Amino acid sequence: MTIAIVCIAGVGLVAAVVLAVADKYLSVKEDPRIGMVTAALPGANCGGCGFPGCDGYARALVAGTAPNGACAAGGDACAAAVAKILGVEAASTERRVALVKCCGTRSEAIRVGDYNGICDCNVAAMTAGGDKGCTYGCLGYGACANVCPKNAISIADGLAKVDKRLCIGCGKCVAVCPKKLIELVPASATVHVLCNNPDKGPLVRKVCGVGCMGCHLCEKNSGGKEAGHFVFQGFLAKVNYANPPEDEQIVAKCPAKCMSVDPHFESGH
Amino acid sequence: MKTVKSQFKFAGGVHPDYNKELAREQPIERLPLPSELVISMSQHLGAPAKCLVKVGDFVRRGQIVGEKNGFISVCVRASADGKVKAVEKRLGPAGAKADAIVLDTTVKPDEGEPSAPDAPILPPLDWRSASREELLKRVEEAGICGMGGAGFPTAVKLNPPPGKRCEYLILNGAECEPYLTADYRVMLERAPRIRLGVEIMRKILGGPAVRIAVEANKPEAIAALEKAFADIDGNVEIVVLSVLYPQGSEKHQIFATVGRVVPEPPALPIDVGCVVENVGTVVAIADAVEKGEPLLERVTTVSGDAVAEPKNVLAPCGTKYSDLVAFCGGEKTAPAKVVSGGTMMGFAVSTLEIPTTKTTSGLLLLSGKKVFQYASGACINCGRCLRACPMGLNPALISKAVDANDIKAAEDAHVMSCIECGACSFGCPAYRTITQSCRRAKNSIRARIAAEKAKAAAAANK
Repeated sequence: MTIAIVCIAGVGLVAAVVLAVADKYLSVKEDPRIGMVTAALPGANCGGCGFPGCDGYARALVAGTAPNGACAAGGDACAAAVAKILGVEAASTERRVALVKCCGTRSEAIRVGDYNGICDCNVAAMTAGGDKGCTYGCLGYGACANVCPKNAISIADGLAKVDKRLCIGCGKCVAVCPKKLIELVPASATVHVLCNNPDKGPLVRKVCGVGCMGCHLCEKNSGGKEAGHFVFQGFLAKVNYANPPEDEQIVAKCPAKCMSVDPHFESGH
Repeated sequence: MKTVKSQFKFAGGVHPDYNKELAREQPIERLPLPSELVISMSQHLGAPAKCLVKVGDFVRRGQIVGEKNGFISVCVRASADGKVKAVEKRLGPAGAKADAIVLDTTVKPDEGEPSAPDAPILPPLDWRSASREELLKRVEEAGICGMGGAGFPTAVKLNPPPGKRCEYLILNGAECEPYLTADYRVMLERAPRIRLGVEIMRKILGGPAVRIAVEANKPEAIAALEKAFADIDGNVEIVVLSVLYPQGSEKHQIFATVGRVVPEPPALPIDVGCVVENVGTVVAIADAVEKGEPLLERVTTVSGDAVAEPKNVLAPCGTKYSDLVAFCGGEKTAPAKVVSGGTMMGFAVSTLEIPTTKTTSGLLLLSGKKVFQYASGACINCGRCLRACPMGLNPALISKAVDANDIKAAEDAHVMSCIECGACSFGCPAYRTITQSCRRAKNSIRARIAAEKAKAAAAANK
């Protein structure tokens, strides 16, 4: 009994000495600002900044290898807080949200086949380009919704929709979409073109009732080419988000009915 | 030359209904030139060819319209005379869009005579006196890629990297895919051409032993090959394989003929001293060298119970599926599913506007009777897919990992070794889309590796 107590106490004493010495000579000094910056970041660990989680971004910020303001989730307030800790200038970030550039619902866009494979857009796209007649359009199998860290995307009527209030603009959905039709747009922009098909009008019309035909009417109605509110890719109008149109009247004048005022899905959750 | 029975049998495999009787007695028929051809720049594995023509150009049969673009790539030649109507992205059978040239073949050339359908394009070579380099160059400039399905550039395959030697040249005549009979007809009708191709390839590869692998259910083809190869010298054997899917898979064929096992990717057959070529490719090599005829047309089986007259059609690359179906008497009944390739590994397509490529071995129109509508259920852990998998993987584990979006677990389960043969999905009693899961995991892993490479390259540039 006594021997056991002495042995255990002895082992304990030796271990304590080893630990004490190790603490003194082997300790790693960590910049205390890393902890402070991590606390100032939103803690969503969404990865939208391109670093592994908020901690990874904080380390890069303190090391000076990452620009302040890359955190879409935290926005301006976060950038200002980080700026205060690190003593650098706060970069102004405009809040950006994801926009699904397709409005071809099941009733508007034709489906050319029955797809009954795995419910994932990337898999569906590998199968003859997907079951949608329009090979540029949203397949609606929810690859974006599955990666969204904030549950901001829902699928309704074969189409993904983003809840603007929940979206933190991390861009994960942009990367995962096989059709590359999700774009991060300024949250303040209200007029959008909800189509991704650059084909000629008749070809678009064959597969979708609400596809952009490239008629340039939106451009004409918003002050012409000089105003620069739209850019065209093939036969597809795209809003120039550096200079977005403000006149919401042009939406109703779109003959293809592929434009929308603030299409962000606002209900639910 | 002798005929032997295969000494090796791989584990796994399945026995799908072959349904080959629909087209197997149909001799190869040449398709009259369609009025429009759609020539894709991505008919092979690797980098798509670079388009060299523009709208309004008149191209001649055999003219190079797509330039070889990289090491793993082949050139694309016009399959017929015609005027370029459009250069645009067109949907391919696998669902990806690629640059393609739309040719109007009804336009006559401004000067000179229209090209004859079998006029030589390149000067014919005498393979006995030509050097190895000349022959290799000919294979490359003829735009030949593997015609079995994957479309690997043949000139790359026939030129093993330094330090690696080809000991066995294996001819793939298994054709284990249901419905398809194109290779069978080629073996039956063109056995002397196959022999010539073998002699040319033997010269290019430095005299390897030759194994011709044919499944036991094609006795007529075996007899035709025996006759053609009767007086060939050197180590040549016809290996009769047991009837089992996927006997035509490159790795399984190597095992079945010479008993060697190809290690996990990125190892290639050449790492175990083997080169496997489809019999169709061998004929293309013979034509390219002896006749100076590049790869411009191929035999495609048009079959299925929804086609009026199933046929083996010799059609120019770039023929639209709709033209093939029309040539075969049109649709007997409305097809419920159209498959490009065989039923096990082929791609379901949603339109007949897709053009054939150098790798289109079949086009199947299946009626509602042959197409099974299913809903996937939960895995019941029966283990049937484990028994079916010819690669010895655990498909159930992989598919469950992919369902849970755990690609890392799928990678740990060696999903990269999956050959996507479809044997697992074929027997699954819960109708799980296991092969699709594997394909998805492989795509994600490849995308991740590509992203890592790009990142490393960017860091190196900095």
